[in-house]
Amino acid sequence: MSQTDQKQPTPTSVEGPAGPPAQRRPDPAAALRPRSLTQNSIPWWVGLVVLAAAAVLGAALSALISFSIALWLIFTAVSYVIISYVVTRTRVNRRKATDGFWKNLVYLAFIVALLPLVSVIWSVVSVGVPGLLEPGFLASDMRGIDGSIDQQSQEEGTAVLGGIRHAMIGSLLITLTATLISVPIGLMTSIYLVEYSRGGTLARAITFFVDVMTGIPSIVAGLFGAAAMGWFLSTANSLGLPLPSRSTMGITAAVALSVLMIPVVVRTTEEMLRVVPNELREASYALGVRKWRTILKVVIPTAISGIAAGVTLAIARVIGETAPILVTAGFVVYTNWNMFQGWMTALPVYIYRQFQNPTSPNFSDPSHQRAWAAALVLILIVMGLNLIARIIAALFAPKKTGR
Amino acid sequence: MTSSDEPQSSPTAVSTATRPQASSLRTSDSPGVFGDRVFSTLALLAGVTILVTLAFVALFLTANSTGAIHREEEGWIVGQFVEYAYPLVVGTLIAALIALVLATPVAVGVALYISHFAPPRLSKSIGYVIDLLAAIPSVVYGAWGMSFLGPALVPVYAWLHQYLSFIPLFSGSPSQTGRTILTAGVVLAVMVLPIITSVCREIFIQTPKLHEEAALALGATRWEMIRMAVFPFARAGIISGVMLGLGRALGETMAVTLVLSPGLLTASLISAGNSTIPAEIALGFPEAPPGSERQAQLIAIGLVLFIITLIVNMTARWIVSRHKEFSGAN
Amino acid sequence: MSKSITAKDLNVYYGDFLAVEGVNIEIAARSVTAFIGPSGCGKTTFLRSLNRMHEVLPGARVEGELLLDDDNIYAPGVDPVTVRTMVGMVFQRPNPFPTMSIRENVLAGYKLNGARLSRSRADEIVEEALRGANLWNEVKDRLDNPGSGLSGGQQQRLCIARTVAVKPDVILMDEPCSALDPISTLAIEDLIGELKQDYTIVIVTHNMQQAARVSEKTAFFNIAGTGKPGKMIEYDDTHVIFNNPSNEQTERYVSGKFG
Repeated sequence: MSQTDQKQPTPTSVEGPAGPPAQRRPDPAAALRPRSLTQNSIPWWVGLVVLAAAAVLGAALSALISFSIALWLIFTAVSYVIISYVVTRTRVNRRKATDGFWKNLVYLAFIVALLPLVSVIWSVVSVGVPGLLEPGFLASDMRGIDGSIDQQSQEEGTAVLGGIRHAMIGSLLITLTATLISVPIGLMTSIYLVEYSRGGTLARAITFFVDVMTGIPSIVAGLFGAAAMGWFLSTANSLGLPLPSRSTMGITAAVALSVLMIPVVVRTTEEMLRVVPNELREASYALGVRKWRTILKVVIPTAISGIAAGVTLAIARVIGETAPILVTAGFVVYTNWNMFQGWMTALPVYIYRQFQNPTSPNFSDPSHQRAWAAALVLILIVMGLNLIARIIAALFAPKKTGR
Repeated sequence: MTSSDEPQSSPTAVSTATRPQASSLRTSDSPGVFGDRVFSTLALLAGVTILVTLAFVALFLTANSTGAIHREEEGWIVGQFVEYAYPLVVGTLIAALIALVLATPVAVGVALYISHFAPPRLSKSIGYVIDLLAAIPSVVYGAWGMSFLGPALVPVYAWLHQYLSFIPLFSGSPSQTGRTILTAGVVLAVMVLPIITSVCREIFIQTPKLHEEAALALGATRWEMIRMAVFPFARAGIISGVMLGLGRALGETMAVTLVLSPGLLTASLISAGNSTIPAEIALGFPEAPPGSERQAQLIAIGLVLFIITLIVNMTARWIVSRHKEFSGAN
Repeated sequence: MSKSITAKDLNVYYGDFLAVEGVNIEIAARSVTAFIGPSGCGKTTFLRSLNRMHEVLPGARVEGELLLDDDNIYAPGVDPVTVRTMVGMVFQRPNPFPTMSIRENVLAGYKLNGARLSRSRADEIVEEALRGANLWNEVKDRLDNPGSGLSGGQQQRLCIARTVAVKPDVILMDEPCSALDPISTLAIEDLIGELKQDYTIVIVTHNMQQAARVSEKTAFFNIAGTGKPGKMIEYDDTHVIFNNPSNEQTERYVSGKFG
């Protein structure tokens, strides 16, 4: 804060047509007082001039190193920020200049944040769309696709074969199972926390450990799934139960994803249940309705849109998870419908494998194309789920008005 | 008009047919009581399941990782494990640190833009756009970092090496593929950006209007108002947002696995090398035979990661709870 | 089907805190009784203990006897849910269920308890209850619209209809008009006058004119200071309480000298 800056006589030129040149008076208070309401503003075209100057300067600077569009834009942005600071500082005052400087930085931050988003979406769409349009991409799996086929399509331009049918089915099954495990546990837990616990020690412990669970790295959840299922199967096998001996299968991945999903479900549903007005519960009790019926028929229906939206967002979160599925369900080239037997591929793992271990190591373009197309499908699924969540929240919100 | 005037329904007929109330205080419908008991027990069980699950997570990780620090024939081999683990821990921290250094200023800027600079009609949709960043799966970020960002950064690395190689961070031969820890850090920064942004945005929006208007009424510029009213109010929130981002960056697997070509621990950020715990597990676990020492080692390092993120997340919550009373939110 | 209420040495606690102490009162069937008193004096707490809604709050409990005709509702083995089917309650703010239509709101007492009703029987109940709450003519053409779309006064009458639909013996009203405008208040007061032909009505009110207008008997509650329990100071015919109270505190309160 430097009010003293205003005591410096403002250059008369910026006062524009609004006021005559002020007379200098000895009274210091008068110097603090603005002499004209427009004295602190710069004409609108100055910004454009500064921008043009910055662009020229940026071009010159980038040419000094080696000209490229990216470099030019960076230098232009930096010089715009600096020049406009200097101009405001000399023509108006330091406070105004500082204000403008930070404002420019904030706008710049926003643009910088948009760059990766645009770049990611562009890279996915530009390679993914052609891949998605290959015949049978959605309808076939990777069985029979080997290096020679990929080599042929890269060298001779034949169609890229192979698809993501098995991965989509795997993702669907694993995510669905994880949802079936997580939603009842998560919903009932939040019901316990909101409706039954009355703030006891157990409730505080559950809240604390749900927080802990939120922070579990996804790969650690995967390790847990693998280790827990391995222990369970070896115990079962030693008891003579006819269960598979290896833990790598769909259900293990679903358990691992549940560890990630439950805390999300608990938190969102808890929040939704808490905003249900207590008056509604009391109205129901006063009608002689039992607590469990009140919860099932008054509390949950009132909160259902929020709960559904929260669950959808939780699904959207885990459907994109790669690491926990990679270490629990592995990856295969064919479709596996059985959650309880054999390896299973999920869409994110498919993308990962196609990048990390292309079908043909020397001719990786077809693999990358398949991976980008799969990424496009995955993003569309996740965005779709997010959109559905918003629509649910908006459509089925408790009716406030309506005649 | 009251109910007794209704000709068609005598009160007794009502009470026998559908009147839900009991005739005496002591008759209570036993299925209803039973339902109450079942329902509350189910709710309690669900809560306990969570506690048990977490106990199992800790238990299984610990039990399965003993093979990494104890061998039948040689006894304790803690030293060996530490030697194996510390480069990975340091690598994980380096990547997360790069991510935070890059993401925090941008995230705070974006949050400020949404809360105080953007046109009010736009700010909500801008929030959605930033949320889109969070909706993109990590494997897609990994792919992007590997095939687009990495190659794009190669000339930058060459330039950094040419002019700044006296700084240890930029020494060593620059990577020709761009698949370095710095690239991984940039990708992680993009991934934690929406997390930090959304926490900051929430807290900036909650700044008491009264404080803001008081500052503006004193003749403060917008930036001075933000410094006087918004930042002091939001400090704890910003820190906890950064910590949450740190927790995410530490545990992120796929982006790093795909971007980084892993190697030995090195101070250079622009050459191949370094690795992180999640990447090590993702690369090693599918190949490790069940029950082997290698698998135990990977689970043990996973446990280490779990503990680190736990500490980070707990610290974040502790900061928030400690500052709650002083934030002026109430 | 209306029942009398008798409280004998009733103490109401929140945890260890004694909120209302030693209430003895006899409320006749088919009458309107008003509870008046300054804020925080325990009149609402006492009202909520009449249908065991009080114990919905954590740590809340009651000592003493409360007889509904001759049955003690606090006797061991009594199910509070059964008590609440006999003693209905209308709340301070209208609280129709937002997810339900007007019709479903009236039938809530049946539907929420899982009772199966034939369509014609349900229609009968809806019409009877809405007529009983003087709401039928206003909403009969839009029974399937959401209940929360009504005006505040209509919502409150809908809540009364919901309560009378299950045919309780007693209706408790906790400041039912405090959130309403004067015209809606008048409608509710008229309704109370009609309902007392069938129900025992107990109403808590801050508005002394309202108590004077609607009730036959009035109980005055007061509190000695913060942290002290609320007590029933005086209970008599309404005109006695307002014109010729025997207790000095009551006199000062009804004449507006404090509170």
